[in-house]
Amino acid sequence: MMRPVMTISPDIGPDRIAGWYIFNTWLQKQWGHPIRLELFPSFQKQREAIQRDEIGIIYANPFDAAMLVREKGFKAIAAAVGKSDEAVIAVNVDSSVKCIEDLPITCRAAVTEAPDVNTISSILLEPADITRQTLQSVIADTYVVVAKLVLQGKVDVGFFLAEAYDGLSRVVRSQLRELLRSQIYDIRHVLLVEPHLQAEYETLKTILANMSSDAKGRDALHNLGFTDWEILQQEDTEFMIDLMDTLVT
Amino acid sequence: MISPFVQLIYHDGTMREVLIKNEEIPFPEGKLIVSRTDLAGIITHCNPSFIEMSGYQHEELIGRPHHILRHPDMPAAAFQDLWDTIQQGKQWHGYVKNLRKDGCFYWVYATVIPNIRDGSIIGYTSVRRKPSRAKVQECIQLYAQMNEAGAAV
Ligand SMILES: Cc1cc2nc3c(=O)[nH]c(=O)nc-3n(C[C@H](O)[C@H](O)[C@H](O)COP(=O)(O)O)c2cc1C
Repeated sequence: MMRPVMTISPDIGPDRIAGWYIFNTWLQKQWGHPIRLELFPSFQKQREAIQRDEIGIIYANPFDAAMLVREKGFKAIAAAVGKSDEAVIAVNVDSSVKCIEDLPITCRAAVTEAPDVNTISSILLEPADITRQTLQSVIADTYVVVAKLVLQGKVDVGFFLAEAYDGLSRVVRSQLRELLRSQIYDIRHVLLVEPHLQAEYETLKTILANMSSDAKGRDALHNLGFTDWEILQQEDTEFMIDLMDTLVT
Repeated sequence: MISPFVQLIYHDGTMREVLIKNEEIPFPEGKLIVSRTDLAGIITHCNPSFIEMSGYQHEELIGRPHHILRHPDMPAAAFQDLWDTIQQGKQWHGYVKNLRKDGCFYWVYATVIPNIRDGSIIGYTSVRRKPSRAKVQECIQLYAQMNEAGAAV
């Protein structure tokens, strides 16, 4: 077996990157195969590497998971227990907007590149007749920049991953107001493995299933920001992808 | 006094008396209402928001036909179009007025898609979102016209 490349969704916060290096070290030791962790600066760059079949293992954004499973034959083996991708739409605390119906249909939104958060957020705005065509997006590199654009009054709303919103500093959050928060539960990041590693699926699943019973494994999980892996069946992921399909078209 | 019960005839000719109250329940903010059916439209899965909005218990829904939510104000042609579309393997979108167990109603914007596995349709998934009020107003008029036209035939 070649040395597979592992990568993670570019929307993983900088504070979690060290955790993924620790996970990489732990996983190669358990598995007995070297793995190389490679990070991509953007979703675009990562998708290009996926198209060139360079990726072996990926902790993917649910949006990309659809393409990885349906077009590239990847298999989802695990997801973080109790974690789902939820979006928060926030305004400046002084904004006169009290509910989404108060927003203009040409609403300006500060957004990151994260496709899951952007999709969920645009759906949350639909009841106010704000569509992907009328919405004016201002792209920001990070959620901190999204917050800044809202605070500076350059946009009407900001789209946040709920976890990132909750992790903003208290000072920043005190100047923002949450307008709406999704509670979808079924959309989540998943760990996927490429079809060439098919013979290893069960081994990898067993390793991950036992991760929280191992002291070093527990430490590594803590650094990833979750308590355990939930092992997935193929149909769990197919179900999530069907659900995403209803949202994107 | 006008009876709160209405006779509803399903497309297969079976009849049911349903309780109707003219009271709308708002769509739960930030949530999606999700269900799945088998090929015949029998409910196989539903999420907590689905159960909450329907007013039924989980056990009362699983194994029942999806027309359990059918509201008499919904024109039959809308559902004919739904089934024609999804059986061809395509997505269907539409605004639907649904009936709750307690007789109240709620409006949704629904998307129904076929679940395709190894090239075959094995069932259907419906995901409902909060609809735009303007669109609901249009549909109230449109569905009333469709029902009148249907009754005149
Ligand atoms: C996945 C799926 C979801 C459906 N959801 C609803 C629904 O929410 N409300 C509804 O009235 N009919 C729904 N239907 C359509 C019903 O199966 C049925 O066609 C409709 O209620 C009309 O009933 P009848 O043709 O038996 O009279 C759904 C069908 C499918 C396949």
